Amino acid sequence: MNTFAPAPGGAALSRMVLSQARMEARLMLRNGEQLLLAIVIPVIVLVGGVAAAGRIGLDLDGHRAVDILTPGVLALAVMSTAFTSVAISTGFERRYGVIKLLGSSPLPRHGLLLGKVVALLNVVVLQLVVLVVVGLALGWEPTLAHPPRSVLALVLSVAFGTAAFAALGLFVAGVLRAEATLALANLVYLLLMAGGGIVLPASTYGSASGVVQWLPSGALGEAMRAALVDATVDGRSLIVLAIWAAVGTVLTARTFRWE
Amino acid sequence: MSTAAPAVSVDGLVMRYGDKVAVDGLSLEVARGSITAVLGPNGAGKTTVLETCEGYRAPQQGTVRVLGLDPQRDRARLLPRIGVMLQAGGAWSGVRAHEMLAHMASLHAHPLDTAMLSERLGLADCGKTPYRRLSGGQQQRLGLAIALVGRPELVFVDEPTAGMDPQARRTTWELLEEVRADGVTVVLTTHHMDEAEHLADLIHILDRGTVIASGTPGELTRDGRTATIRLVVNRPFPDGAPESLRAELGPGTEVRQLDDVSMLIHGPADSMTLGRVSRWCEEHDVLPQTLNLGQRNLEDVFLELTGRELAT
Repeated sequence: MNTFAPAPGGAALSRMVLSQARMEARLMLRNGEQLLLAIVIPVIVLVGGVAAAGRIGLDLDGHRAVDILTPGVLALAVMSTAFTSVAISTGFERRYGVIKLLGSSPLPRHGLLLGKVVALLNVVVLQLVVLVVVGLALGWEPTLAHPPRSVLALVLSVAFGTAAFAALGLFVAGVLRAEATLALANLVYLLLMAGGGIVLPASTYGSASGVVQWLPSGALGEAMRAALVDATVDGRSLIVLAIWAAVGTVLTARTFRWE
Repeated sequence: MSTAAPAVSVDGLVMRYGDKVAVDGLSLEVARGSITAVLGPNGAGKTTVLETCEGYRAPQQGTVRVLGLDPQRDRARLLPRIGVMLQAGGAWSGVRAHEMLAHMASLHAHPLDTAMLSERLGLADCGKTPYRRLSGGQQQRLGLAIALVGRPELVFVDEPTAGMDPQARRTTWELLEEVRADGVTVVLTTHHMDEAEHLADLIHILDRGTVIASGTPGELTRDGRTATIRLVVNRPFPDGAPESLRAELGPGTEVRQLDDVSMLIHGPADSMTLGRVSRWCEEHDVLPQTLNLGQRNLEDVFLELTGRELAT
């Protein structure tokens, strides 16, 4: 019986990436705080926002509150997972030596990154499905002016928004200690949720609206609303997101420490 | 196999952290199919040497070859062939033990059966336990399972039995011996001399970043010029007893008082030393109840080479 007789070799890259993605998605969905951030808070914002808007008579350029807030909350969900969850989980992976251990496995660095992206997109899709259902239940009526263009604009918004926020999240996780990452990622999330033009249109921010449109949160919110309210591709916002993605990627590549 | 390159060959390795020299011109070899222990106190440079072999750190000077490959340049080819057990951590805090092992298995082409491996390492009962709730010993055993699951040719294990109870330690030793018997090369670091003595075919003793002695356990402890004498007396020693005994025994002797009534004497292994100890007892009006000339062990070797104790 040569139980331990050597038979080394890595699995196929696609298998490793899928395995890694499944693992990360499962851990993300199992974690209570992450789930709170991913699903519970966006649902509360959506339900509460729709209820409150009716009472205070929020001016949304003649649109019903639910039609404006649902795309905004979809954008919020993308931000919560791509930025806050990615930053926190990666920060703790560094702290716990997970990334170090995986660094001695056959899974290459780009495979690890790819696995993260696949896990992230899985969770985002799951969030969007839940929030779309909640939105529809609240009476949301997305524009049907040009459905193919709306879908294209939605996919582009999610893709560019995810790229921008994930790059920024990895940058934070790669330079700060895990606890500092946790604090900063939550703080940034709260600040952008309240004042970043993500849930409410930039136009509601008055004189600050010019600045808000240049934030990744504002750009993602605007792109999402353009897709689902006006059935248009908001090229300007997508470019803003692409710039943030590029800045985040360069910063991450320059500063990220695996341990 | 004798014609193949050594499993590990380190030549003139220098590693500095800032202006602190962690590894200072170190050279060592590991034969294929052996268990080789890198023994030394904390801070001797053991982990740095291991991490350089594993490709985590680039050598600042010198060369490192593992299975004939350069751990930096040939990293992608080397990693599938080696297994690594980190000194601590390596798993998500919320991951279940069996889930973690299954995940690491899935990254390999021909992994071991994880149920069998869990069973062998006593992890079957805690398979559903999240990593953060495993005991230190269970975490260590999971780390070892992870190192072995890909059926590597060579495993690096960093302090494999730290935090384990004696029984788990014994099981781990047996497992590592079986692994070697099946043809896997094992490189382990330890600061437990008994672990090195029990397991290793070859021991490299490290101190302050260099190898100060290499050999089989037998070669290193054989034919000692010195020995450890254990002295226990019937009532407390007078003040200044270690100093006065050291003066009695002369140069080349270490005396360490363990408690009120016992001392360890490290000196020439001969009857003259024993005679002097018993004469000193007579002069100081204490009666020896134990006066044992112990066998020389790696602890003595280390003390002899460095003038310091290993287990501090």
